[in-house]
This record gives sequence, C-alpha cells and structure tokens, in this order.
Amino acid sequence: MSATTTAPKKGFTLRGRQIDIGGVLLEGRAFIALVVLVLVFWAMSDTFLSYSNLLTMTKHVAVNAVLAIGMLFVILKGGIDLSVGSTLGLTGIVAGVFLQGYKITSFDVILYPKVWVVVLIALAVGTFVGFVNGFIITRFQVAPFISTLGMMYVARGAALLISNGTTMPRLQGTPELGNQGFDVIGVSRPLGVPMQIWIMIVVAAIAIFILAKTPFGRSVFAVGGNERAAELAGVPVSKVKIRAYMIAGFCAGIGGLITASQLTSAIPGAGETFELNAIAACVIGGASLSGGRGTVRGVLLGAFVIGFLSDGLVNLKVSTFWQIAIKGAVIIIAVIVDQQQQRIKSSKNAAIAAASQTSSTDDAKISAQLTKDGE
Amino acid sequence: MRARGITKAYGATHALKGVDFTVERGKVTALFGENGAGKSTLMKIMSGVEKPTSGVLELDGEELVLAGTVDAERRGISIIHQELNLCPNLSIADNLYLGRDLVQRNGTIDRTREVGSTRAVLRHLEEDIDPHTLVSELRLGQQQIVEVARALARRARVLIMDEPTSALSGSEVTVLFRVIRELKAAGVAIVYISHHLEEALEIADHVVVFRDGERVAEAERDEVDLSWVIANMLGRSADDLNPDLREEFGDVALSLRGIRIADYTNTARLSVDGLDLDVRQGQVVCLYGLMGAGRTELLEALAGRLPILSGTVTLHGKVVGNASIGDRIDQGMTLVPEDRQRDGLVQTMSVGGNMALSSLRRLVKGITIRKGLMDSAVARGIADVRVKTEGPDASITSLSGGNQQKVVIGRVLLTTPTVLLLDEPTRGIDVGAKGEIFSLMAREAKRGLAVLFATSEVGEVLGASNVVMVMNKGKIVGTFDPRTTTREQLMVASGESASSGKEGAP
Repeated sequence: MSATTTAPKKGFTLRGRQIDIGGVLLEGRAFIALVVLVLVFWAMSDTFLSYSNLLTMTKHVAVNAVLAIGMLFVILKGGIDLSVGSTLGLTGIVAGVFLQGYKITSFDVILYPKVWVVVLIALAVGTFVGFVNGFIITRFQVAPFISTLGMMYVARGAALLISNGTTMPRLQGTPELGNQGFDVIGVSRPLGVPMQIWIMIVVAAIAIFILAKTPFGRSVFAVGGNERAAELAGVPVSKVKIRAYMIAGFCAGIGGLITASQLTSAIPGAGETFELNAIAACVIGGASLSGGRGTVRGVLLGAFVIGFLSDGLVNLKVSTFWQIAIKGAVIIIAVIVDQQQQRIKSSKNAAIAAASQTSSTDDAKISAQLTKDGE
Repeated sequence: MRARGITKAYGATHALKGVDFTVERGKVTALFGENGAGKSTLMKIMSGVEKPTSGVLELDGEELVLAGTVDAERRGISIIHQELNLCPNLSIADNLYLGRDLVQRNGTIDRTREVGSTRAVLRHLEEDIDPHTLVSELRLGQQQIVEVARALARRARVLIMDEPTSALSGSEVTVLFRVIRELKAAGVAIVYISHHLEEALEIADHVVVFRDGERVAEAERDEVDLSWVIANMLGRSADDLNPDLREEFGDVALSLRGIRIADYTNTARLSVDGLDLDVRQGQVVCLYGLMGAGRTELLEALAGRLPILSGTVTLHGKVVGNASIGDRIDQGMTLVPEDRQRDGLVQTMSVGGNMALSSLRRLVKGITIRKGLMDSAVARGIADVRVKTEGPDASITSLSGGNQQKVVIGRVLLTTPTVLLLDEPTRGIDVGAKGEIFSLMAREAKRGLAVLFATSEVGEVLGASNVVMVMNKGKIVGTFDPRTTTREQLMVASGESASSGKEGAP
C-alpha cells in the first residue's frame, strides 16, 4: 500500500499544493476572529475603521504584544512567567529614579545620566529579573508557576520600595541637565506612526528571526516538546530555559519604558494583570501551554484580538464589567478550538503511521541493502 | 467469543480487512503479527475501546454491540493493555478498584474488603506487597503485576493480554503463566499477544497470525514451531534477520575501568558497581541482563545523563571526565535511549526537526542556521537510515515505531559518532524493523564505529553481536562468544532461569 494516504478531502489546489479548506480555517482562526471582530465593530461604528482609530488601537496593543512575544519564548519552552507585569512596573520605576536624578548621599552628588544610559539600565534590570527567574527554576527545580509568582510579588515590592509607593512625575528631563528625550519612546511619531508600533514591529521581527533561524530558537521548541529527549540530544536545557526567561524580562523592560514614557511618569503599580493579558494573547494565538508549539504571528494576532476587542467595546460604550466577561469567554473559546485542531491532527498522523506500517514486505530488501552499504 | 468479518478503517487506511477471530473457553489463543498488522486494533474493538467499521462481535453465540469499555467489562471482557494504565499517586488497592469501588450501604467505600481482596489477589500472584503501597513506589515489573491483578480482580470471562510480560523478570513470567493456566482451567478464554514469540508459544493452545490487517494463518500449537510463526508474520523466512559482522577489530575506542554509579531510586545501593569494559572499533558488544541489572544506568551515565561516582571512562585514549552531554556528542559518543517516546523524540517537531536536533551547532554559519545545510543534512539522514516518511516536514507522530527509532538513530549518526551506544534499540518495534535496526548497527560497525548495545531479549543477543557481556546486579558476570553460546547459558548467567527460582523478585 502506498504511504501517502489520499483521503478524500474537501479542498482545492493552489500553486500545485493541495489546500484543505477546513485546515486553513482552523489554522487561521485567530486571523479570522480578528477580521470578524473588525467587521462587526465597523458595522456598529463608522469611525472604527478610520486610519486614526486603527493607529490608536494598534498603539494600545503594542505593550501587550511586546510582553506576549517575550512570554511566547517562556511558553514555548514549557514554562510560564507570571512576573512580567511586575517587572514592567519595576523597570519603569528604575527609569524614573535615574531620570529624576540618582542621589549618591555619601558624595552628596546627584547623577543625571543620559536617556540612552537610562534605557539600557532599565532593560538590564528587566533582563536580570528574568535571569533570576530562570536561575531559580533550573538550579533549584522550582516549578515556573511558583517561582515567577514569587517574583511577581518581589518585583512589585521592589518597585513600591524604591518609589516609596508614589508616582514619579515629569520624566521629560531638562536641557540644562542634558537628559531630555525620554518621551521619544512613548510619545513621538516617526513617519506619522507612534513609536510603540515601531518598537512592536522590531521586537516581532527579531523574535521571528531568533525562533526560525538560530540554534537557540530550535532548542526552545525542542525543550518545550520533550525536555528529556532534548537533553539527551545534547541541547543545553538549563541555558535555554534561563535565556527564555531573560528574553521575557527584557521584553517586560521594553514594556516598562514605553508605559513610563507615554505618561512621562513612572507608576509603581503599572503593569498589574498585564502578565495575564500576555498569556491570553499567546493562547489565543495558538501557543500550547504545555510547550513546543506557537508562533510569533499567532501571538501578534492574539494581542490584536484582545486589544481591538476591548477598544471596540469601549467605543460602543459597553460596560467594563461586560468587557472583562467577554474577554474571558474569547480565551476559553480559543482553547476549545485549539484542542479540536490538535485532535484532528493527531488522528490524521495515526492514520498515516498505520498506513506506512502495512508495507513491511520491502523491509527485507532494505535490510539486505543496508548490509551491503557497509561493505 | 467470536468476531466475524471485522473491518476497521481510519480514513482511507484499512487497519483490519474483514477479519474472523475466535477465542474459546479454557484455551489460550496466541495472536502474532508485526506492529500495524492489526492485532491491537482488533483487541481494542473486542474490548469496546473502538467500534468496528463493519462486522459483528458475538459472545456465547449472541450478537453483541459494545457501548464502551465499561460495558465490555460488565459483560466479562477484560483487557491488560500494553501501556500501563495505573494512577501512580494511588495505592495498589485503590488502583485495583478504580471506577468500581465496593460501596457500603451508607455510601462510603468498604476499604477493609478492598484491601483484603487485593492482598489475596497479590498473594495469588506470589507478590507479597502491602496493598497500601503507592504504585509510584513499585518497580516497573511490579506495576505490570498490579495491572494483571486488576484484570484478575474483575473475574473476566474473556481476558485479553497485550504484551503482559514486557517488564517482567523470568520468575515473574513463570508465576504469570501458572496463573494463566489456572484461569484456563477455570474456563476463561484468553487472548495472548506478545513480541516474545517463544514465550507466547510456551503458553498458547491455539495460534493465529495477522499480517497487513488480515488473518494469514491459524493452527493448533502442537502443529507449529517458531520459524513457522516468523515466516507467516513476515511472509519470508527468519534467517534474514542476522546481519554479518566483522571478524577483526581496530583499537580500543571506549574503555571503562571501575565504573560505579549510584541507584537514583534507592540511594543505599549502587546500580553499577565496579564495572570494566572495552569496546574496539568495528566491534559490536552486547550487554545482556534483566531489568534492574544496571544496563540503562551505565549507558545513561556514559552519555552524560547520570553522574559517575568513581572510575574512568576513556574515549580514544582520552579521559572523558565531567563533560556535558553536548560535549560528549562532540567527542563522538552518543546514546540512542531506551524509551523513544520519553527520551528520544520531540513529538511536537517534524521528522526533519528531530533529525537535526543533535547537530544544530554544526549547521550554523555566523549566528543563524543555514537552511540549505540543514535540509541536505536531514535528507542525507533520512536516506542513510531509510526512514519511510512523506518527507522531512511530516510530523514525527505520523511514523511507525520502527521508523521513529530510525529517526533517532539517524540523528545520532548525523553527529558522526565514533562510539554508538544503544539501549534496547528494538523495544516495541516489529520483527521486520528489528532486522533493519540490527543491519544498521552492523553497517556502522563495518565502517569502524564501536557499538555497545543493551538488551533484555535473549533471542536478539546471539545473532547481532561479536561479544556478549552478561550483567547482573551492576557487575559483568560473564563474557561469552555468541557463536558458541546457547540461550540457556546466558539466562543462567544473568540470574534468570527456572532453577534460580524467585531471585528476580526482591
């Protein structure tokens, strides 16, 4: 029997490739959901699809999208990071402290570092938080959920301690001190498009590159798919895990900078429940919480679905309470559809495996050939 | 019980093509066939796990439609699955009565009675374990006994056993066979499926062979022998299985001296205790021993998975020391692990992704993986070990067991190893694919690799290796030349024989 099962599929051929309509619908469900969402809101409000409104909504999506891309690395390797929201708050506060002037009491001087230095420091803090997460998880075998839950509180506490619980306003800097320009990150509009959107695009492009092209990216998928097998295949599992958390922390740092810059003030409570939005974006985008499966494209779509949904509902003046309930329902539906898709896929594979096994008569030929090869 | 004209189709694939199958009371019917021949599918249908596409089941002459496994069990049809279906976090007694607890009149579980009858069943199986013991604390073999005990506790009229002995020691098998004979005498109809052909022939009364979803042969046990079974399973004779090996060897490639490895399940004892071993280039060395003899621990330690307490590992004259798994692969020593699903494959990745996993670092230019390099490496790997697949992008779960194993071996060979370690390389794959795996090992040995493989199947040992080392309790207890050795000698040396009695079970 032939190994290729040509089961009667509903479909058509495109550029010589068999396209399975049902499969395409399932694969592209996040995209379809987004299109439906846009059409529905457009029908209910003319202004929804205007250029300026789309730009505004996309701007709102940006922070969650960046966090979610960082989260994707952790989810792909089979973990979870609950601390990114707090890390976002902490990095914002760290940026705020340095922009307002870092006082060294023993020398009685106040340092006003340049903005790019502040940015680097803030990103380093975010990455370091991620490193600590990864270190605790790999070195002490703490479950990621617990470890990052703890870090969620620790980072939030640190943000509150540093800022004394108060907002740090007026971060735009002054020409005399040479530290102005922080608002570029969250307020400026190069080529008429808000900076956040550019940042999101760059982060997404880098993430796609890392996942598709580097050994680290492949290793993330392998560790999430089967950690033991990856380890025995020579993948440095602990290193891969730590790096995934560092990326999540780095992305949280970017989110912190954007948030603080948008408001030109740092709030210690910024980013609360953002980690859950990021996880939701991953899940809606088809990432599997058990690891090994997910794409940047999907996560972006997921972030857009969540963002457009809430902005659209605000536009229609739907109550916040309803918004929350609707968001929850969307997440659950996304996971149900995902499970169906996985079931279809695995039964298809089982059928192929069964078909390929039934042709064992040529095994003998292969054996004989293999023996000959060695001579 | 009888099945008539059973067909089962998965999409366009026919796993069963109009099969007739009868099991009689008080008889053991052994069912043979390669993986994918349709044995397991038929058993799933007979036990209510799946529904047939067409055809009927009959029990005691009456037509029967099974609503599901619970329905089947209520009618007295019980199955012992190949994979263990136990809850490791529950006790033995809890597992035995899972889903059918003995409930008292006040609605609570009658634990005294459950524990009591569990103890009786276990004693009958000559396993004196406390029914309160958690399943997770049992050895694999003992867990399999619990699985058997569960089927016994259900007092089945038709009992299907799918590979019930894969994790049992020789003495445990003896006990199981005694129980099977008792059940037979009590009028239970038994279906016995096993890859251990000789073992199955020992207990069978009636023999049925499946191939490609059809029943190809059927006979009474007395009329047939092992080669008849193999010939019918494969559609060819059994002698093709043994590959030729080299007679003279090169330098010592891998040398072990005084290796000691801790037992990670029981820190009080050693799993490998002062072991010396040499493997030369071009030589195939077989480590034979029972479960728990320390074979797996030794190989995993060589691969870098487990720490070595003391002793030296020398690879081509260089001491390996504390190198990581990745470093050892770079130095040319790689393991094909025992459990493909757990340790060998990343199920979420494609055939190509799995194939390239160990050589990612070699496929990099600058910081990125060169797609061209990777594609050609994967294509080379697939062709080299002859994986039957739709292509490198096919999902790894779409392959049969034997082809999945070939992917793991292909991945290892892509790293251009000089020492090849394989742990139970033919576990759970069919006879035809076994022959291919052994041919692959022989081919690599001819190319000058040193091959060290472990197995617990005595039948495999003799044809496929240059030297057989028998392991028992962490030590090498004997070295044999396969050309002048019999199976019995090996079994006696490993501590597995009828005369050694209950030694296999603690």
